[in-house]
Amino acid sequence: MSDSKEKAKLKLAVYWGAACGGCCVSVLDIHEKLFAVVEAADLVFWPIALDVKYQDVEGMPDKFIDITLFNGAIRNSENEHLARVLRQKSKILIAYGTCAHLGGIPGLANFFNKDLIFERLYDECESTVNPDKVRPMTEQHLEGLHLRLPEFYKDVYTLNDIVPVDYFMPGCPPQSERLVEVLEAVFSGAELPPTGSVIGANEKSQCEECERKKSDNKKIKQIFRSYEIEDDHETCFLEQGVICLGPATRSGCGTRCIKGNAPCRGCYGPPADVIDPGAKMMSAIATMIDSDDPDEIARIIEGFPDPAGTFYRFSLPASILRRTIL
Amino acid sequence: MSYQPTILAFLCNWCAYTGADLAGPSRMKYAANVRIVRVMCSGRIEPTFVLEAFREGADGVLICGCHPGDCHYQSGNYKCLRRYHLLKKYIAQMGIEEERLSLEWISASEGRQFATLVDKYTESIRALGPGKVFENAKIKVAHE
Amino acid sequence: MKQITIDPITRLEGHGKIEILLDDNGRVENAFFQVPELRGFEKFCEGRPVEELPQIVTKICGVCPGCHHMASGKALDAVYGLTPPPTARKLRELFYMAHFVHSHIAHFYALAAPDFIVGPTAPPMERNLIGVIGKVGKEIVAEVIKQRRFAQEIQALLGGHQTHVVMNIPGGVRKGLTEQERDDIEKKARGFVDFAKFSLQLFENVVLGNKDYLDLITNGPYRLSLHSMGLVDEHNYVNFYDGKVRVVDTVGNEICKYEPKDYLDFIEEHVESWSYLKFPYLKQIGWKGLVEGQQSSLYMATPLSRLNVADGMATPLANVEYIKMFDTFGTKPVHFTMAMHWARLIELLYAAEHCLELARDPDITGTELRAPLGKIVGEGVGTVEAQRGTLTHHYFTDEKGITKKVNLIVGTTNNNGAICLSIKMAAMQLIQPGVEIDEGKLNLIEMAFRAYDPCFSCATHHLPGKMPMEVKVRDASGKIIQTIIRKDQ
Repeated sequence: MSDSKEKAKLKLAVYWGAACGGCCVSVLDIHEKLFAVVEAADLVFWPIALDVKYQDVEGMPDKFIDITLFNGAIRNSENEHLARVLRQKSKILIAYGTCAHLGGIPGLANFFNKDLIFERLYDECESTVNPDKVRPMTEQHLEGLHLRLPEFYKDVYTLNDIVPVDYFMPGCPPQSERLVEVLEAVFSGAELPPTGSVIGANEKSQCEECERKKSDNKKIKQIFRSYEIEDDHETCFLEQGVICLGPATRSGCGTRCIKGNAPCRGCYGPPADVIDPGAKMMSAIATMIDSDDPDEIARIIEGFPDPAGTFYRFSLPASILRRTIL
Repeated sequence: MSYQPTILAFLCNWCAYTGADLAGPSRMKYAANVRIVRVMCSGRIEPTFVLEAFREGADGVLICGCHPGDCHYQSGNYKCLRRYHLLKKYIAQMGIEEERLSLEWISASEGRQFATLVDKYTESIRALGPGKVFENAKIKVAHE
Repeated sequence: MKQITIDPITRLEGHGKIEILLDDNGRVENAFFQVPELRGFEKFCEGRPVEELPQIVTKICGVCPGCHHMASGKALDAVYGLTPPPTARKLRELFYMAHFVHSHIAHFYALAAPDFIVGPTAPPMERNLIGVIGKVGKEIVAEVIKQRRFAQEIQALLGGHQTHVVMNIPGGVRKGLTEQERDDIEKKARGFVDFAKFSLQLFENVVLGNKDYLDLITNGPYRLSLHSMGLVDEHNYVNFYDGKVRVVDTVGNEICKYEPKDYLDFIEEHVESWSYLKFPYLKQIGWKGLVEGQQSSLYMATPLSRLNVADGMATPLANVEYIKMFDTFGTKPVHFTMAMHWARLIELLYAAEHCLELARDPDITGTELRAPLGKIVGEGVGTVEAQRGTLTHHYFTDEKGITKKVNLIVGTTNNNGAICLSIKMAAMQLIQPGVEIDEGKLNLIEMAFRAYDPCFSCATHHLPGKMPMEVKVRDASGKIIQTIIRKDQ
């Protein structure tokens, strides 16, 4: 990291919408490099780490924050509000992590709707006892207090659906080494790529970096679920008949799941110029099916339950169809 | 005015489009709801085209290619067939009636068959009512 | 009547807020702790192939994803009627001990240390890890970072993705260990044991050896008397990975002890309109509201609760510390909320010792990684101790293994009622009529919440910088009548 004693320290914020905390963990997972970050930047808002409250952020002047890493999807009114506030208060707003970029795992809720979710959680769950069908209320007066909860929206949205985003850093969470590269570039004053770029990730797909053995022959007569095979730990998953989203997923994570012997599920999002990675994977899988007979094709596809939830595991809100019709 | 379905039809150049082109000059009447997009081969159709068609407001998507064994490029129509099966499974999961997507083989001489197909298909889409993807895919926050 | 809002709760994982009502004399009449977030895992897992769930549920929490992954893996084993072979089970436990090591280290040094080592009402600018460095030295902090990094590296080795681990399949794991990898883990585990011992010594010197802090622990507004829950093995020792669920009452008598798969006979969940988070309680007592004491149906599931329900720790050094803690307080169970920090460090030592035991186990480099598949059962419960409480995953599938229903009782959820009570009690005792509500007082209220959260949140690196807090005091109509601002210097 460059010596930043003479430069004004950059102001950095990290905030979470509908998130799991993993992206905040990824910031901490730069380990010893964090000391250098602290030297080069002041953290001005980060609920997991600092006692800065919403009123404080709302009171900041516009563009006060140099860079905000916004992680998490937009699920409710509080997420939307903070997205708008932070857009206003930040020079650079980065959609950090898959949820902010594409909707992420919370985006799977777009297979359902608020009523179905609430019904399951507050009525049907096996251990839940709620005979009066009590539901969380966004506003009420109770025992002398004015109590509010954020409104749960009908859909999950990406950050870019709500406010203009300057850069996208994909990954669930982004691999910490990529974050270090981005921060080092910023602190060194390097010229930033064009607005709207994906940063902290490579241009090509996972297959470029995957160490598994690949051949040109990717014809399969059967699709297997990942636990149905004895994985030989060496051969390309697709060639073993197991769906792997590597071909339609950007690299940059170091093929971490594949190193754990699990097929890629696409958290790094689409490679450049691909609008809808799930649709691309559909093409790729279809090409691999080794049959021209409609009945046999149908039978092979039977072995692949849940194409929607597999191809769009992380990207349902950002997909062309965006949500299920109910 | 009763609902007029909008149907997008992808026709391959060598068979289906030629067949459709036969219907015209032969003065065969068929429903005007179909907008035709010519592609060189049904194997060119990728799922993105179909999904974007629904997103842009198509109530139905029709794909027509050469009969199996007759593909000008040997196996393009088989690739289309496989994608079609996977796509049907996907759109069913997404709550789109699977009848809204159809794949039919039309040869260059099958002008009448094409006209009949279009009429029949248009009526089936009309019976399903307007597609809902266009509305659902809009971004609306707050107060649903 | 005035209403004070603290939004958001900070220095822990997740969203939360506190509303405090003052009567006209400035006395706290009521306080609510609300959880404003919800994502809906118990619904959107439906339709997913069940073997995908271990990699979906890790996204419930990026701080303790390993806990969800383990509970999920165990539920999968049950769904498929499988028992993982010894090597697979030990690899899972080895991962899990490393997961506890990194989490407990980070929580203590990031969350607890600033409040204890620097001081609960110290200036906010010092009440962070930099202030801790000033008291204990930079080398310690560098060591904290290093030990946490080692624990993360072990997780990456076993689980591929170091945060959202991928290791579990029905009946086993995807990846084994080479001898070289095992040797590396053993070296790191030895370091964990030393560091855990050191951390306990630090706690003893700096916290227990300080009369004011000891006073805060035992006489401050942080005493909550509720039942305790935790997993125990066949000797009634604390076990994170497996065992039976044991619940003891406020005076230490066993209320129930059950197989995790029977949890529905013992636990129910209540819904309130002012929080998205549900309230688990003991079924046999029935919902009695947010009350403390022997007659309450609320229970706590925290590191302290685990030690309360157990008869000891399964590893020798940790067991010595266990005895020491209960001897110090002279009572069991212990109901001092701040003692959770001590219990957490004892657990850290256990996790480190057990990690070392497993690294030395001859089975750990075995090649039998999974049980052969059989006929699907279609339903399964998997329970583990998460760092912040007993965690249960319950899955129902169809005959093809497609998920039909999911029920979860998550670690922190167990403590929802207890946290509400702790915050209310702290607010009531700390806010006095006529006395200024300064920022130190606000932090003392937040400490009631923070003790429950073992989520390593801000982890090792609590950073210097501005820590302003603004509290708006509203009258009954919502108009702001006073703004209290805590500025840093």
